Amino acid sequence: MLYREAGDFKTTYTDDNQTFPIKADRVGYYVIMAVAFGVIPFLINDYWASAVLLPFLIYGIAAIGLNILVGYTGQLSLGTGGFMAVGAYATYKLMTAFPDLNMFFVVILAGLITAVVGVLFGLPSLRIKGFYLAVATLAAQFFLVWLFNRVPWFYNYSASGQISAPERTIFGQAVTGAESLPAVAYLFCLVFLVGSAWLARNLTRGSTGRKWMAIRDMDIAAEIIGVDPLRAKLTAFAVSSFFVGISGALFFSVYLGAVEVGEVFGINKSFLVLFMIIIGGLGSIFGSFAGAAFLVLLPVFLKNVLVGTMGWPTDLAAHLEFMIVGALIITFLIVEPHGLAQLWRVTKEKLRLWPFPH
Amino acid sequence: MNMTAQDDGYITADGRKIGPVMMEMKNITLRFGGVKAITDISFDIREGEIRAIIGPNGAGKSSMLNVISGFYVPQEGEVWYKGAKRPPMKPFQVARQGIARTFQNIALFEGMSVLDNVMTGRLNYMKTNMFQQGLWFGKAQREEVENRESVEKIIDFLEIQSIRKTPVSRLPYGLKKRVELARALAAEPTLLLLDEPMAGMNVEEKEDMSRFILDVNDEFGTTIALIEHDMGVVMDLSDRVVVMDYGKKIGDGSPDEVRNNQDVIDAYLGVAHD
Repeated sequence: MLYREAGDFKTTYTDDNQTFPIKADRVGYYVIMAVAFGVIPFLINDYWASAVLLPFLIYGIAAIGLNILVGYTGQLSLGTGGFMAVGAYATYKLMTAFPDLNMFFVVILAGLITAVVGVLFGLPSLRIKGFYLAVATLAAQFFLVWLFNRVPWFYNYSASGQISAPERTIFGQAVTGAESLPAVAYLFCLVFLVGSAWLARNLTRGSTGRKWMAIRDMDIAAEIIGVDPLRAKLTAFAVSSFFVGISGALFFSVYLGAVEVGEVFGINKSFLVLFMIIIGGLGSIFGSFAGAAFLVLLPVFLKNVLVGTMGWPTDLAAHLEFMIVGALIITFLIVEPHGLAQLWRVTKEKLRLWPFPH
Repeated sequence: MNMTAQDDGYITADGRKIGPVMMEMKNITLRFGGVKAITDISFDIREGEIRAIIGPNGAGKSSMLNVISGFYVPQEGEVWYKGAKRPPMKPFQVARQGIARTFQNIALFEGMSVLDNVMTGRLNYMKTNMFQQGLWFGKAQREEVENRESVEKIIDFLEIQSIRKTPVSRLPYGLKKRVELARALAAEPTLLLLDEPMAGMNVEEKEDMSRFILDVNDEFGTTIALIEHDMGVVMDLSDRVVVMDYGKKIGDGSPDEVRNNQDVIDAYLGVAHD
């Protein structure tokens, strides 16, 4: 059967409210889940895990988090790198202070700690809007990185100033540290990504999401129908920072293993995640995935083509890669300013009546 | 019809029962710096009536509505609502008291669908917390469906079924106005404030809108206060009219009384100063 929503009728509001109202989408979703959980763990190797899958999963979580703040609530933030750092350092402190605590809870707790920090830095959003808020969040970015660099308590007074993740196991399998298997790390991150996407989707399709979007689209009208702007904005900062904190925790503990804060969680990271959601599509969970995939896969793909297939020297390819990615982003934003998610939406609309024009 | 009369209301010419005073503005004065937008105005709104506020441009009508809905806090005067003096409130707190409004320039959420826009009108009825919503299944889903049902009734009532899933940004002006009314109605307000509901509409759209306003008043018993420039509409719809000019009240009474009030005629037609 052709993929389209025409003819797919609903008889209850519950059906109409599903995440995937189109049957073909639902089937596709189950297939992807089955492959992600049942097939990829057996095929995965070190290269795929560290170059493609882990970054995609972890940035996916960060993108969902930032999308809630920027795309759904309309509060521009450049502090993502700083909040990821909070997640990472919270993880480090928790791992070293409570060696017996299950890694799963460590990551969740790190997310919660980041949520609190996010709310603190979200307070200015009540008075300042738009670009000015972006500058205020920039302060969070620089302050947090400075804090983790300068206060030795955060890196347990280690001589190098770095933090490195000790080995922790889940169900007897090492998930952090040098001994961890790619399949285990992958599954661990996958669980968090699926959980984050599920939570984010539920929040955004319900009344919380409507409050956020109302604030985004017109804050005065939102207030007049009974949205408390203070609560709406701060919950958005909390939820957003929670996800960003989780991604920072995973980025440090599972993916990199050792982190120097200025290098890993600098302003570049904030921009990278922001670009992901702009390219993927603001205000769309699918867009967060698409943007993360685009910016993670594109460099890898280009490197493979340029170095692997065409045999260019690595350094030349690396520079060209920057140029091509940059050019693609610009082209892409001109063609579809609302991102990959919008492209997908338009396609779906066209398919509704295809092959008939009306 | 007797205006000043008994506290328990009166019966209109077409047999509708108007109840006691629901909202009373007492000596409201609103200043912006040195500019007096509203000067010492008092009037009341009775339960179940359609109350119009009219006046030439810049008379302070919208400011008055903004005082009622909590955007402006008047420097002097008191607002009494349902028999109690209202302390200064934020707009969202006013909304939770059962006062809904529409705007002169449409204030819909452009990025959301019609359905989502109308659903935002139900926010005050949705009590699940964020954790329940994050899990979705169970309470949050039940609440969503219940509120969807009442929203669908409003959608049926205003005949906008066909555009339910359309993004608001794609709708023509007249429909946007109707969606905004739907959003206000979804809150099941006791007092509905309409700021120029018919501005910029053609005759047909005006007729539709008038019909909806009368139906809302009739079927839901909603008290309505509206600002409108189309005199024909105002005189036909409203039970009582307040006339403002330069921030002062120059007339108050039934449409007929107002129409024959010399001050009102002067304000609208101009008067020779000599």
